[in-house]
Amino acid sequence: MGATLAELCIVACAETFRTRREIVATGIGPIPRIGAGLAKLTHSPGLMMTDGEAFLVEQPVPLGAAGGERPAPAGYLPFSRFFDSAVWTGRRHAMVTPTQIDRFGQTNLSALGGTHAQPKVQMLGARGFPGNGIYHPNSMFIPAHSPRVFVAGEVDRVSSPGYNPARRVPGGNYRGIDLRRIVTDLCVMDFGGPDRAIRVISLHPGVTFAQVQDATGFELIDAVESETPLPGEEQLALIERLDPRGFRARVFKDNPPAERGAS
Amino acid sequence: MPTIDKTMDPAAVVSRLRSGMTLGIGGWGPRRKPMALVREILRSDLEDLVLVSYGGPDAGMLCAAGKVRKLVFAFVSLDEIPLEPWFRKSREAGAVDVLELDEGMFQWGLKAAALSLPFLPTRVGLGTDLPELGGLKTVTSPYDDGEVLVAMPALKLDAALIHVHRADRRGNVQALGPDTYYDEWFAKAADECFVSCEELVDAMEVARPQDVWANLFERCFVTGVTETPGGAHPTTMPPAYGWDMGWLKKYAAAARDPGDWGAVAEWAVGASEADYLASVGGREGVAALPLPVF
Repeated sequence: MGATLAELCIVACAETFRTRREIVATGIGPIPRIGAGLAKLTHSPGLMMTDGEAFLVEQPVPLGAAGGERPAPAGYLPFSRFFDSAVWTGRRHAMVTPTQIDRFGQTNLSALGGTHAQPKVQMLGARGFPGNGIYHPNSMFIPAHSPRVFVAGEVDRVSSPGYNPARRVPGGNYRGIDLRRIVTDLCVMDFGGPDRAIRVISLHPGVTFAQVQDATGFELIDAVESETPLPGEEQLALIERLDPRGFRARVFKDNPPAERGAS
Repeated sequence: MPTIDKTMDPAAVVSRLRSGMTLGIGGWGPRRKPMALVREILRSDLEDLVLVSYGGPDAGMLCAAGKVRKLVFAFVSLDEIPLEPWFRKSREAGAVDVLELDEGMFQWGLKAAALSLPFLPTRVGLGTDLPELGGLKTVTSPYDDGEVLVAMPALKLDAALIHVHRADRRGNVQALGPDTYYDEWFAKAADECFVSCEELVDAMEVARPQDVWANLFERCFVTGVTETPGGAHPTTMPPAYGWDMGWLKKYAAAARDPGDWGAVAEWAVGASEADYLASVGGREGVAALPLPVF
């Protein structure tokens, strides 16, 4: 059996985390988390990560690992040190899944519709997005690419900053804003266009640019140079080690193959 | 030598609080929350509170019961149940005002209060909706850089509530879990800090000197201590016990059906803490709750 779409996305997420720096990699959700672990075990050994709680580990914690399977801690990074050590020093790269993204890379995790006093839908709140967004690199994973996520105009509430010139306070320092990549179920995008516009840089096998554009509420730049690479044998073996209970199979409905039209 | 004795019962703690107060609650989401004291507030006639919390069921319950005028928050979550349904209900009904912050600027506000400063400068919030919605102002660096920064106002608390593993009568506390979140800053940002504990001892230097590294803040920041075994239930209290996800699921489901706080307050709060603890399996039942795996 060939690789699944989930595994293809994991490899694309791992590529997003590629670095020579020693920084904390935070992947929120199964695909980004396995991706961060795969990056550390292959091309980016300097990456640091936590056990999901307060300790730094040098071996990524497999998803769902119980007591005895958990790697021993090598360091300590509780909440009280997290902002001082990782976020506000820029020593982190987070991959998150916001509810909305706009063409400026601004995201929303706070609320939808209505007013600030009475939102139509109250969500989580801004969490750490405002600080993450202005201090360290960020990427996104979107499991269902649609115009409801990639909205026309601006997001309903701006929870994390992006590249919107209208949102710049004169004299503010925005040099830390560093949006890297967006991995979705259809493609990989980056912010390499004019004025940091979003470009499609690779399409997953069997997907067309027109399909991606149709699923996006704003205009995209076609900078596709290749198909998103399929996982190799070594990568698949490491993914299995990072996710022995197969949580990745539940991310996409019916766990489709990486190559659309294949079975 | 005369001794200091700060012990009091939960009702005495709550009798020290007043309607309209700004109240900070330690812990993080569904982790290490002083829930016995929160339940005692829910049994009281306190209202009109400004609640400052990294929100979990404390925020959801106090909002649902109509105790909260304004919530200062960065998120409200039950972790495995990502969105806190009672909090959502209150917000979507327009029933509670908010100051929405970033997690980091939130602790910055507590630190400003702890240091008796009016604000602390930060880049956090620039480029987002938070400053405008929250009425936050900017400040310009007086140095050559001239940088414009958000002035995060001090989150000065009238009182803070915190739950720990052990305390002694004089207010020495020990918290043994892997993470103590921002509890020390809640304690220092508050005029008065009340600490509930799983175990009260007479003198920490006799009972547990080997755990003195787990002392979160000095006893001068503690106004009162109260023993509430199982007092973090239904939230986690590692290494003592985990969260009660069964309870939290029932609590979350009740936000839809019956959807009325009055109908669930009886079992979610209980007539007394003893009744409540008995209803969730007693001390032994709570102590047996497994620690969650992340």
